[in-house]
Amino acid sequence: MIADIGTIVWKELKELITQKPNLRGGWVGLLVFLGVFGVLMPVQMGEAWVEQPTVLVYWLWVPFLMVSTVVADSFAGERERHTLETLLASRLSDRAILFGKLASAVIYGWGLTMVSVILGVITVNVVNGQGRLLFFPPEIAVAIFVLTLLVALLSAGIGVLISLRAPTVRQAQQTMGIVGLAPLIPLLLIPIVPQETQIQIANTLMQMDLFMIVMGIFVLLLVVDIVLILLAMARFQRAKLILD
Amino acid sequence: MYAISTDRLTRDFASVRAVDNLTLEVPFGTVFGFLGPNGAGKTTTIRLLLGLLEPTSGTAAVLGRDIQSQADEIRERCGALLEYNGLYERMSAEDNLEFYGRVWKLSPAERKNRAEELLKHFGLWDRRKDLARDWSRGMKQKLAIARTLLHKPELVFLDEPTAGLDPVAAVSLREDLAGLAGMNRTTIFLNTHNLGEAEKLCNQVGVIRKGKLVAVGSVEELRSSSGKPQATISGSNFSELGLSMIRQNPDVAGVTLNGKQLTIELKRPIDVAPLVSQLVANGAMIEEVRKGQASLEDVFLTLMNEEQELEVES
Repeated sequence: MIADIGTIVWKELKELITQKPNLRGGWVGLLVFLGVFGVLMPVQMGEAWVEQPTVLVYWLWVPFLMVSTVVADSFAGERERHTLETLLASRLSDRAILFGKLASAVIYGWGLTMVSVILGVITVNVVNGQGRLLFFPPEIAVAIFVLTLLVALLSAGIGVLISLRAPTVRQAQQTMGIVGLAPLIPLLLIPIVPQETQIQIANTLMQMDLFMIVMGIFVLLLVVDIVLILLAMARFQRAKLILD
Repeated sequence: MYAISTDRLTRDFASVRAVDNLTLEVPFGTVFGFLGPNGAGKTTTIRLLLGLLEPTSGTAAVLGRDIQSQADEIRERCGALLEYNGLYERMSAEDNLEFYGRVWKLSPAERKNRAEELLKHFGLWDRRKDLARDWSRGMKQKLAIARTLLHKPELVFLDEPTAGLDPVAAVSLREDLAGLAGMNRTTIFLNTHNLGEAEKLCNQVGVIRKGKLVAVGSVEELRSSSGKPQATISGSNFSELGLSMIRQNPDVAGVTLNGKQLTIELKRPIDVAPLVSQLVANGAMIEEVRKGQASLEDVFLTLMNEEQELEVES
């Protein structure tokens, strides 16, 4: 099973790498992404990029975005390009195919996030270091490492369920885009919340222990991820996929 | 023991019965042609035999394995070129084979050697580094067949392998398939509505219509059971008097005039020279006379018409 998952991962990453470079995807898209999150933003924010807990918001959103760009193509695209049935007619099990596809989307999204994190740390140190080593506080570093992985898995899980229902890759990507923007809705609502309430929320958040917040997010993501994977396993079955 | 054996295999989709009580036996080493018009149930049959779909009722065994409880083992030992070629167009031909070599758990050396052997056999070796999307349809189809054969399967399912190809590519692919059939003792289950293809490649054929198997046997058996000896006469000025005289001949089963072509169906093989003389005596201008048995196409059309008539009657 592990070897079969590895085979699917090999194929998925190979397809990603050999995509024609263009502005929407491929190498140009990757360079733009790394330039923004690995260089531009760290330069703009300076030391705050590695010291303030608020950077977690960026790092939780980034893997979601990156995974969502590939997961729809991996599932809906395979069906749209008529390669899925041949794959299903092979000796690979449903689970090996599903987990291989999930793993490759997560490796891609989370891997790029980690590269951006490292590049950002290097950039901040080069620009603002002045002989000191600037790095995240330990809780933030662990949170970035673990939570981004869970967010990548969350995006992959949502992506599978959306892709299996969407008739085309484009529609799956559009739906994923809308889902990706959903976490930003609370931020958009802040201006309409009374100032008094805003202050109350800010005070409550300030008083909360960072470790507890991270643990809360960790447990929530873990539970949601497990539920999504179980749903994906129930949905990703040969007989159902052939009939789609 | 048979490579494929089905017993009243049935599959419904809502109110449509795609495969209807299919009972069939395909011996090992056979090239079996499954003939039928579009929508006859050929693709559904392959999907059932590969365990990709569950039957509504009935049973089937492929390579001695039950299609419901041992589908994984069946897929392990079979190769399939389905309705679409299933190639990854963003990958090179070499990578497509490399991927499926990994899927079939071939060792790196086996993958390399087998890919080289097949790509050379199909004349694709020089372009192995090209992305599959840059290839012609015929080349892609050959690559898909190479992929299907990569792991030396005991049974190969081919679903309309020459559909959509230009005549040159189709002939070339058919030659490759004929070579493949002769090369190993691989059993081939070939879905096709191309009767010439079936006639050339298959030693057994089954005819399916609306999910029902209406005939099965060798091409010769089908000809002798459904097709009668006939004479095809090309020419002009066929008079009604001349045709009615031919119809009255006790050895003639039927006469059909289609433009400049007259087909005389015979009850038994006889000398047709007297019939030709009668036509000439009644003013016909004869260009060519061909004697022979009905082609598979004639047999197929006869079977389709007979089934349709039975349906109308019932």
